[in-house]
Amino acid sequence: MANPASLLPASRSAVVTKTAVEVAPDRDTASTRLIYAYLGSATLWLLVGTLVGAYLGLKFATPDIDHVPWLSYGRLRPVHTNTVFWGWASLAMIALTLYVVPKTSRRRLHSLPLAWVSLGLINAAVLVGDLLLMSGINNGGQEYREYIWPVQGTFALGVILVTYNMIRTIAGRAIEEIYISNWYIMGGFLWTVALMVIAYVPVYQQTGISETVIQGFYMHMGVGMWFTPMVLGLTYYFLPKLLNKPIYSYSLGVLAFWTQMVFYSMIGAHHFIFAPTPWWLQTVAIIFSVGMIVTLAAGTGNFLMTMKGSFRTVARSYSLPFILVGVIAYFLFSLQGTFEAFRSLNRVWHFTNFTVAHSHLTMYGFVVFLIWGGIYGLLPRLTGREPSHFLAGVHFWFAFVGVAIYTIALMIGGTMQGMSWMAGDAFIDSVTMMAPFWLWRALGGGLMFLSHLIFAYNLWCMRPVRHESRQPLAAEAAA
Amino acid sequence: MNFHRNHWLLLGTIFFGFIGLAFIIAILPAQWMQQNTEPLPEAEPLSDLEQRGLEVYIAEGCVACHTQQVRPLPMDQPWGRPTAAADYALLGPMDVWRPYSPAVLGSARTGPDLSNIGARQSSETWQYLHLYNPRAVVKDSIMPAYPWLFEPATGTEGDAPVVTIPEAYAPEDGKVVPTEQGQALVAYLLALRQIPIEGAGGTTQEASAETDQKGVPAEESEGQAGAKGDTLYANNCASCHQANGQGLPGTFPPLAGNSLVLAEDPGEHIDTILHGAQGRTIDGTEYASPMPGFADQLDDDQIAAIVNHERTSWGNDAPAATAEDVAGRREAGEK
Repeated sequence: MANPASLLPASRSAVVTKTAVEVAPDRDTASTRLIYAYLGSATLWLLVGTLVGAYLGLKFATPDIDHVPWLSYGRLRPVHTNTVFWGWASLAMIALTLYVVPKTSRRRLHSLPLAWVSLGLINAAVLVGDLLLMSGINNGGQEYREYIWPVQGTFALGVILVTYNMIRTIAGRAIEEIYISNWYIMGGFLWTVALMVIAYVPVYQQTGISETVIQGFYMHMGVGMWFTPMVLGLTYYFLPKLLNKPIYSYSLGVLAFWTQMVFYSMIGAHHFIFAPTPWWLQTVAIIFSVGMIVTLAAGTGNFLMTMKGSFRTVARSYSLPFILVGVIAYFLFSLQGTFEAFRSLNRVWHFTNFTVAHSHLTMYGFVVFLIWGGIYGLLPRLTGREPSHFLAGVHFWFAFVGVAIYTIALMIGGTMQGMSWMAGDAFIDSVTMMAPFWLWRALGGGLMFLSHLIFAYNLWCMRPVRHESRQPLAAEAAA
Repeated sequence: MNFHRNHWLLLGTIFFGFIGLAFIIAILPAQWMQQNTEPLPEAEPLSDLEQRGLEVYIAEGCVACHTQQVRPLPMDQPWGRPTAAADYALLGPMDVWRPYSPAVLGSARTGPDLSNIGARQSSETWQYLHLYNPRAVVKDSIMPAYPWLFEPATGTEGDAPVVTIPEAYAPEDGKVVPTEQGQALVAYLLALRQIPIEGAGGTTQEASAETDQKGVPAEESEGQAGAKGDTLYANNCASCHQANGQGLPGTFPPLAGNSLVLAEDPGEHIDTILHGAQGRTIDGTEYASPMPGFADQLDDDQIAAIVNHERTSWGNDAPAATAEDVAGRREAGEK
């Protein structure tokens, strides 16, 4: 029988010692400043957006906490979703692509000034859009289409300019092949540009529920053709880079890319199962939701096979654990989305808080964790400054435990809501029944917000050095 | 043809391929819906006031918690008949900043579905009380209060209805009047009444095939049809008369100890639920706000279940009524 002491030595430390970044920082300070400005803006929006989210969570327990029109639930909810979508996650992803696309094209970004213009446009759009939402001026739309067209148009212009910048960078690349990351990243940019235009052209959505057909398409592609391909593309760069080994299979990445484009585009109508939209449209959406399993398996399998044999490296890094969680969340919770599309399960979960849990598992557990992995993987190499390894760990665990509490509570509560409705109970029973789950949600949300404060501090610790005469990082790590 | 080397080929395929797919799955179906959806023959467009109410509804983000989408499922029965594309056909672009029809279908049911709220809760007084502070009428509600849709009553407001707020929620002098926006919003909510469709079932052939004439899969005709008195009471009556049967003093009469409810002959009790009431004096108090009738929304079994629940709860102890009694009173019609 093994002596337990031999398995767990008394001197075992509570935390794993993380590997310090050894690579000397890139010397391109102008580009670094740009990327840091994107990440700084993004993080401010993360704090604003999730503070609003935490406050909204509180309102479920104390609906009379304020009677201020600008802070009322109906007006603030889109402020939360749009701020984390367009302010935080979008800017943070673009920041990372501003490094990855030039790097994999072996040249500088086509135009730094143009990228600054994009940053200004996007920040302005989110700021003005949020203020308008709070003053009661919205698009009359649903999820992620609440900004009126002049605002979303400003955002779109910002994205279009970045897209142009990226196309010129890739067109002028110094190597022959276009790396797979750039397939996904350019997919994200081009699809989103097309999507914004399709969603805001009025011609075919002016009466009745024609608007609903576009809404289902838009709200789904907003996630699936913007955030998903972007963070996957970034992971195709960061994962091999951080592990210092090639991606497991290049062709699997290509397969996942094309199926992403064809399958994912077809499934937006699954947000309106049982709605009076055409039945065939809903059925097509359900079928292609199942088809997405091919894309998911190819993408996740590829990442996990790349990590295989390197899990010690993952454990000793402070960026890779974020990527590992993101990759697994991508598989599990996209699969969850497929299940939610089935009519049998949809009738239990649709309209309930289960869908709120689902959107946080995907947008946060998958997209945001991959973004954080990318930021922690990249910034120290750019600026020559590392965050405290301990605080990076605290950020990870607070965010991870927070989102777990948040989503488990809402998945259980949401299922019970659906069962209550199906049992024919009085509606108000489904409201009072949720009270403890909403408290758990507020607790999980609070932890998540706390982790964002820590992340913001870590980002500050990774800020670029002002002076050109900065010593290489290795000297600092040794000190 | 090499996607790995030719960036124009790769980017072009990505971009135009997606637009092609978007035409198939979104743009053309939307266009088709727009051209091939006619309103129901009896449908009337919103009045100017109601249209302004819809704008308030959108501005305040009511759609964040309230659906207007009754699915052809038994669990959705309490909200009305399944909605059809035709029900939304009269929705149109709002203004130059919102050149689309507003998204009222919703995606979350944190609060009740509102497709038929004008019929389910037709009391204007209740709607005002509820908007001023939902907890004044529904104790466990978590809906936000909308006091900014009201002003203190000064006695010079002309036509605007004066609303007396229960003490616990009231401003200083207890009486408020809705602003123009508040009046518009309530006008819109009261205009949300489903137009009956004969044998309203699923909205497509496939959906109808799965369901019987009531839009309910035959094997599980539960939902509201289960005729459980307490649940029916909670869904249809409790928002005014309260879960404890005490009503709201001076506004909605109590049912506990109510002489009409306790009467040996349930006839008048049944009539009141079938056809509603207004301006009655009950046990010495006159109640001005009207009560809606439920003849069109509930069947004989359901009304009998409610009657019996009311006659035997909160200390009430009166003889039971049967579905036949209800059928008889329904037959006799409104006096």
